[in-house]
Order: sequence, then structure tokens, then C-alpha cells
Amino acid sequence: VSTIQTLIDATALGSVYALMAVGIGLVFGVLRLVNFAYGQLVMAGGYTLALTNGWNPAVSILVCFAVVIGLTLTMEVVAFRPLRNASPATMLVATFAISFLLQSIALLRFGALGKPVGTLTGLNRPIADGSLIVRWIWIVSIVVAACGLGALLLLLNRTSLGLHMRAAATDFRTARLLGVRANRVISLAVLLSGVLAAAVAVILTTEQPFVTSDFALRDTIIVLVGVVVGGIDRLWSATLGGFAIGFATGALGGFLPSTGDWPFTNGVYLDSAVFLLVILVLVARPDGLFIGRGRRAVERV
Amino acid sequence: VRARAWSWAELAGPVVLIVATGLLGSFVSAARSLEFTDALVSTAIVVALYVFVGNSGVLSFGQISFFIVGAYVAGEYTVPGDAKPSVLPSVFSIIKDHTVSNAWSLVLAAAVGAVFALIVGAPLMRLTGLAAGIATFAVLEITHNIVRNWEKIGPGPLTLSTVPETTDLWQATLGAIAVVAAAFLYQRSPLGRKLRAAREDPFAAQAAGIDIHRQRLWAFVLSGGLSAFAGGLYVHLQGTINVEDVYLELTFLTLAMLVVGGTRSLWGAVVGALVVSGLDSFLSDAENGDVSWYHASAGTRLVAVAAFMAAVLIFLPGGLTERSSMAPLRTALRLRR
Repeated sequence: VSTIQTLIDATALGSVYALMAVGIGLVFGVLRLVNFAYGQLVMAGGYTLALTNGWNPAVSILVCFAVVIGLTLTMEVVAFRPLRNASPATMLVATFAISFLLQSIALLRFGALGKPVGTLTGLNRPIADGSLIVRWIWIVSIVVAACGLGALLLLLNRTSLGLHMRAAATDFRTARLLGVRANRVISLAVLLSGVLAAAVAVILTTEQPFVTSDFALRDTIIVLVGVVVGGIDRLWSATLGGFAIGFATGALGGFLPSTGDWPFTNGVYLDSAVFLLVILVLVARPDGLFIGRGRRAVERV
Repeated sequence: VRARAWSWAELAGPVVLIVATGLLGSFVSAARSLEFTDALVSTAIVVALYVFVGNSGVLSFGQISFFIVGAYVAGEYTVPGDAKPSVLPSVFSIIKDHTVSNAWSLVLAAAVGAVFALIVGAPLMRLTGLAAGIATFAVLEITHNIVRNWEKIGPGPLTLSTVPETTDLWQATLGAIAVVAAAFLYQRSPLGRKLRAAREDPFAAQAAGIDIHRQRLWAFVLSGGLSAFAGGLYVHLQGTINVEDVYLELTFLTLAMLVVGGTRSLWGAVVGALVVSGLDSFLSDAENGDVSWYHASAGTRLVAVAAFMAAVLIFLPGGLTERSSMAPLRTALRLRR
């Protein structure tokens, strides 16, 4: 595999992870809650696409968005709202429990074998014949990531709703005192994260057209790690962190040789290498790789 | 005097619960008694986790890596010498040429776990909050990845088998009591008090001359040693171990047990572990048709346990043993005195 190919693969993986990172970072911004169950939103979207196989792709994707957004809002009302004043550890473990609950319901309902998705299979083929492989879906995911992020930045920086969200993210109590409608802001952030989860579901099912109950679980964990490594206190650093860990995983996976007996020198030790890098970065820059040293965020958790 | 009596009650309560579980387990059928043994080993893991998470207030996803190390050390050093060439064909000679007894394997496991925790903790204990959580999670990932692939230290992706099954109900009871006693003695010691002071108010604690990094490291090392000890109990209960069985699910389940019980007390750790294990065993019996009055359909267990944990956390965010939910019991005990 050539170096350029490795870098292309790594960028494609990074852009999907960046999209997931935005969804996780948005909710963390207003709620101070790390949503571990984010992967199960993507899973729900994947199952919706699998169950609507054979429908008109546009309708199938619309239904997927509706289901994921519905589930996200339900999660907010049922679980996040009562937990708003709980400790960060409790919130995190509560979202584990929800994640397990959704996974086991999926396992019970749809079985362990998994379901195929054929909605957008056409996009998973290479653009042109040649030694370099570039798949249509990668272009789509990079474009969706760029557009999504651009739209979000416009919303946050150019509208009063975005101003409210930024205010709530900076200091929730004071923002509330000054008349920001807390529930509306939180619902909006959660809704946006649901939209992003649905988009990720469409992209991931095209790349890996087989949905199981642990679909997107591993990706969510890696993205969560990336978000914290990048700096979870700001949306852009969280996003960059998501991209960086996707890129690092892709690149290291391409460059590590497939032989060698000792740890860290062989492709099977990819996870070790990535997580060793994570530890090194965290020890050197605990607030986040992309957060300036001078502007230390206040310790909140 | 009353305060001192109450603090000893914090040891007596969990010990009584553990002994009661052990006694109850000795009166039921052999198959079901295994579930009690299992619950006691889980209690040991959760209490070991509590020693760090509860006292420091820092979330760690990494304690299961010490559990894994302890389980493999205890397992590999007790595999009978003549079985070693087939079970562990390519390990270092330091593992291949030595075999120890059951009790020594537990001591060895605890020692290796504590040393590993010391090496890992020294750089990581400077972190707090989410960064600490993610860094300890990275330790779990690296441990899992290396144990799974490096055949010089173990069986790699294969299952380690022929480990003597020496953990019976009584050993599990004793083991759990030992872990609880260690946790209790630590939290009463000056070290434990300093760390909890730092948990409540890091700035005041630092102003009072407490070295938070060092105090956290002590708790991390003790917790690592106890986790590895629990790993030894576990491998001697199962007789086999595969690294995939002691990974994410166990990490999340034990953390959830701790949070469900309440992270801030020894009571919480023990109650959480026993309640969740009890519910889990009951439902798996019900799924197998072993409960006469209730038959659950397959898969109920996972859904019900997850729903129970979510419900407790949503409605009682401090856990089952949070002060407010314990208030009636405390008042009752005080009145009697």
C-alpha cells in the first residue's frame, strides 16, 4: 500500500470521526455530559436503514433521521434531564447503562447475526480504476463533515440561538439568570447531535454494510478518547481531536509492519500504539492537544 | 466515642453482608452455590475499584487491567508443570520453569499488580477528571492488546486452561473480607484521610500541605494490588481465562456496580456488587427455567440489569447507599445506642 493511499484512507476515517466528535462535543458543551450512548444512536439509525432495505433510498434515509432524532430527544427527556445536577461520574455511568440497555434490546429484538444494509451500496465503489483507491462515500463523508461543521459554526456565531448556546456552554447558571431558555438550548444541542448521529449512521452503513448490536460501539469509544485528547471544552478542539485520532489510527495502521514479535512493532499492536500516543499527549497536555497552554480551561470535572 | 463506634460499623456491616452471602451459599445446591462464589469475587473487584475511585473521586477505567494481570499471573504460575508446554508453548522461561501453590499465586498476583499500578500510576496520577478517565482507559486498551497478542507472556488469543479451580465458597468469602478489611484500614489511615480531604477540596488540601499526586498514587497502587488479587481469585474460580472475557464488559459492569451502590462508601461498593450480582444470577436462573414461580424469556437478563442500573442512577444519582437513602437506618442504629 502506498503512502498516499494510507493518507487518503486515514483522512476518510478522520472525517467520519470528526462528525461523531461534533455530536459528542455539542452535548458536552451545554450539559457537561459525556454521552457514551451516542454509538447506540448510530446503531439505531443503522437498524432503521437495514429494516427499510429496498425502499426508495431517500425515504429510507428520511426515516432513519426521524428515528434517530426521536430516540435522541427521548433520551434527553427520560435520562439527561433528571441527571442534570448529578456528578459527572454518575452521568457517564448512567449513559453506559443506557448504552447497554439499547444494545441488549437490539440483541434481543434483532438477534446476534446482524442485518445487511443496501441503501447506498453504490457509493462504496471506487471513483476510477487505478492504483489509488478513492471511494465515493469518502468524498461524501468529507463533504458532509465540512458542510455540517460550516453550518454549525454559522449557527453558533451568527444567530441569537447560537449565542444562547455558547452562553449556556460557558456558564449555564448565569446564562439562565440572563434569560436564556435552558430547556430550549439543551433540546437544540441534543437535536443537532441526533442529526449528526443519523448522518454518521448513513455513512457508516455504506462503508460497513452490516449492522449488529455493537455497531459503532468501538468507533464511539475511539471518538470519545479523541475528543478528550483534542480538548473537550471547545467544540472545534473536540472536533479536531476526533479527526486526529481517526487519522492517527488510519495512518499507523498503514505504516506498522505486519511482522515482528515484540509489542508495538507489529500491526496487531495498533491499538497499543494509538493508546500509548493518547497517554503521552494527555500527560503533556491534560487540557487538550489543541487548547493553548496559556488559556487553561477551568477544571470542571 | 460514638463516632469511633460508627466508623467500625462501616467495617462490620460489609463483613456481615459478605459472611451472610457465604453462609447462604453453603445451604443451596452446588450449581447455585457457584453463583454466590461469583458474587463474592465480584465484591472483591468492586471494593478494590472503590479504594481508588471512592477515596480519590477520580474515575478510573483502568483497574481491570490490574485484574487481568493478576488473573494471568496467578493462572500461569499454578498451571501444573507437565501441562505447561502444551498450554503455554512459547512463554519466557521465568514463567515456564516455575510453579507455585494456590496461596502464593494470590500473593504473587497482588504484588505484580501493585508494581504495575505503581509504574502506570506515577505519570498518570497527575491527571484529573476526564483526562484521568481516558488515560486509565488507554492503559486498559494497551494491557488487553498486549496480553491478547504477545505469546511470550501468555497464551495470546487462546484460552488459558488447566488452572486449578481452588476458589471455593470459603476462599471467596475470606478473600472478599480481606479486600474489605484492607480498604477499611486504608481509609482510616492518615493516607486515606488525606486523599479524601483532597477529594472534597483539592485547594484547601494542598494549602494544608497534602501532596495530592502522591496520595492518589498510594490509593492507585493499593487498588491495583487488590484488583490483581481479585483477578487471582477469579482465575482460580473459573479454571480458564480468555482475555476477551475480562475486558470492556467487566470494566463497565464493575464500575456500574460501584456507582449503583454509591461511590463514596465501602457500604456502597459491597451493596452495589451484591445487589447487581444477585439480580443478574436470579434472572439467569429464571431464563434457564430454574425458578419455579417466574420464567423469563431468553435475553431478559441483559435488558433488565441494564434497565435497573439506568433507573437507579436516574432516580438515586448518589447510589443505593447515599446518605439520604440510608438516613432511616442510621437513625435507627443511633437510637438503639
